[in-house]
Amino acid sequence: MFNKLSLRRRRQLWAYIFILVPLFFFLSIRIGPTLFSFNVSVREWNILSPEKPFVGLDNFQSIWQDFQDPKSVVRHAFLNTFAYVIIGMPVQLVVGLALAMMLDRITRLVGLFRAIYFIPFVTSTVAISWVWRWMYQPRFGPINLFLTFLGLPEQKFLFSPDQALLSITAVAVWQGLGYVIIIFLAGLKQIPDMYYEAARIDGASRWQLFRHVTLPLLNNTIVYLAVLQSIRFLRMFTQVINMTRQGDGGPLNSTVTVVLHMYREGFQRYKMGSAAALMVVLFLIIMVITLVQMRLLTRRIEY
Amino acid sequence: MAVSAGRKTREIVYGMGLRRSEALVQATSYFFLILGGVTMVVPFVWMIATSFKPASEIYMGNFFPQAATFENYREVILKTLFPRCYLNSFICATLSTLSVIFFDSLVGYTLAKYDFPGKNVIFVLILSTLMVPTEMLIIPWYIMSVNFHWADTYWGIIFPGVITATGIFLMRQFMSGVPNELLDAGRIDGVSEFGLYWRVALQLTKPALAALFIFNFLGNWNAYIWPLIVSSAREMLTLPVGLGFFSSEASADWHLIMTANTLSVVPLLTVFAIFQRQIIQGIALTGLKG
Repeated sequence: MFNKLSLRRRRQLWAYIFILVPLFFFLSIRIGPTLFSFNVSVREWNILSPEKPFVGLDNFQSIWQDFQDPKSVVRHAFLNTFAYVIIGMPVQLVVGLALAMMLDRITRLVGLFRAIYFIPFVTSTVAISWVWRWMYQPRFGPINLFLTFLGLPEQKFLFSPDQALLSITAVAVWQGLGYVIIIFLAGLKQIPDMYYEAARIDGASRWQLFRHVTLPLLNNTIVYLAVLQSIRFLRMFTQVINMTRQGDGGPLNSTVTVVLHMYREGFQRYKMGSAAALMVVLFLIIMVITLVQMRLLTRRIEY
Repeated sequence: MAVSAGRKTREIVYGMGLRRSEALVQATSYFFLILGGVTMVVPFVWMIATSFKPASEIYMGNFFPQAATFENYREVILKTLFPRCYLNSFICATLSTLSVIFFDSLVGYTLAKYDFPGKNVIFVLILSTLMVPTEMLIIPWYIMSVNFHWADTYWGIIFPGVITATGIFLMRQFMSGVPNELLDAGRIDGVSEFGLYWRVALQLTKPALAALFIFNFLGNWNAYIWPLIVSSAREMLTLPVGLGFFSSEASADWHLIMTANTLSVVPLLTVFAIFQRQIIQGIALTGLKG
């Protein structure tokens, strides 16, 4: 029977055979669960009780109500998460671009520098977090030892509600820098030298070269990295759970993130419904950012 | 290379007068790059230095150990489940990476080289899953794992990542570079459709497969949030999860924490040191396509 099929049909049949298991995987492990988490988000879902009553938008409503209470964890979680994005992403892009341009400029040791800046990126975030926790220690951490050596006052870093978020952001920026540099470097290499030369003949200064040649031609790379890194900061979890005492996003909720709050709601208090609702909100935020990226990427740039 | 050619023209355009300003830019660049490079390395040096310190030296404020000792390593390796965590991470990362290599390339090949009704829908369906953050799927995955008794098994740890959309996307691009004439010649010679994939397409996309292998292994080796949730039995913890638990329990025993950290980080860094060129080129090549 198989042999009677036309050649075209037979190939199509093979294609379906090849794709069968993966398709089943994507439907059952990715797409199904995505829809299912919307379902969980509109229920009161306690993993320990057999009843999962439908509660409509109650979970979302209580997130919104909590958000308006200035002392609630939810409010801290969302505002901190935005703070990680708003501080971390631009700093990472600016420092990354500066270092990438320097790497593009120099002639020797380029490979060595690339490798060194890349080390933290391939290292496990858990290990990174614990090393930095030790680096930040009051009194005996190397950073404070160095500050004392310079005659500067000791800082509390992770133990201070004012400094903890910035300290964690610094580590996240530090760890992701290598990736940002590599992507910027690839973007810089694609800019033809003749643009620079033409601009130079016209008497452009270094700043003008950067402003009117490098930046516009890097537009796509910048948008891509801005979105990617924003999403990474929106999903902050590992650093915070490993760098705060008891992994609670302290001190005084000053570092807690949306994902960490979801983890505590869903897996420590077993309130899966409100945890799922939190993730639906995060998903919507990420989707808006991705759509904005598509707009920006398809926009034509005028030279 | 384009860089040196550019430099030459740069000199012609500028003339000799601006050479000095170029030298200044170079010197500044080296200065900041070295400064940044030191920042990248110091935490690791500090980690390794602490791991060789006896307990009495941790709070002495010296950067390097005065009486270096292997005692911490003995303690961490012999008295904890660290070796077991290693094994778990190795098994999980290897299994899921082998699966990813096979299925991602097969789907990539199918999407690139076959025409069949529904192809575009399937492709868009797969790509759309990239929009959903893993954290959102953790709750349904956990409910699934509880219902199917997948918790505390290797399958439970790896199942979300045995096929990846990014890998399929990558492989599809590389597979479309495989010449159709070669595949048709194989068909005339009586090679089966699976044989064409296995013996022709895979052979021609080895560099992409290598990149996929490395990234996927790294990603799985370092994965944290899902393994943290799905496994609770001590013998089933992966390295990052075990490291997190061990470190929070050791509270102020920084010499032991740093030893565990060093143990979990150094093998990977050794692999990175060997393959760094391929890894970085792979990222530069594929990272922009995402």
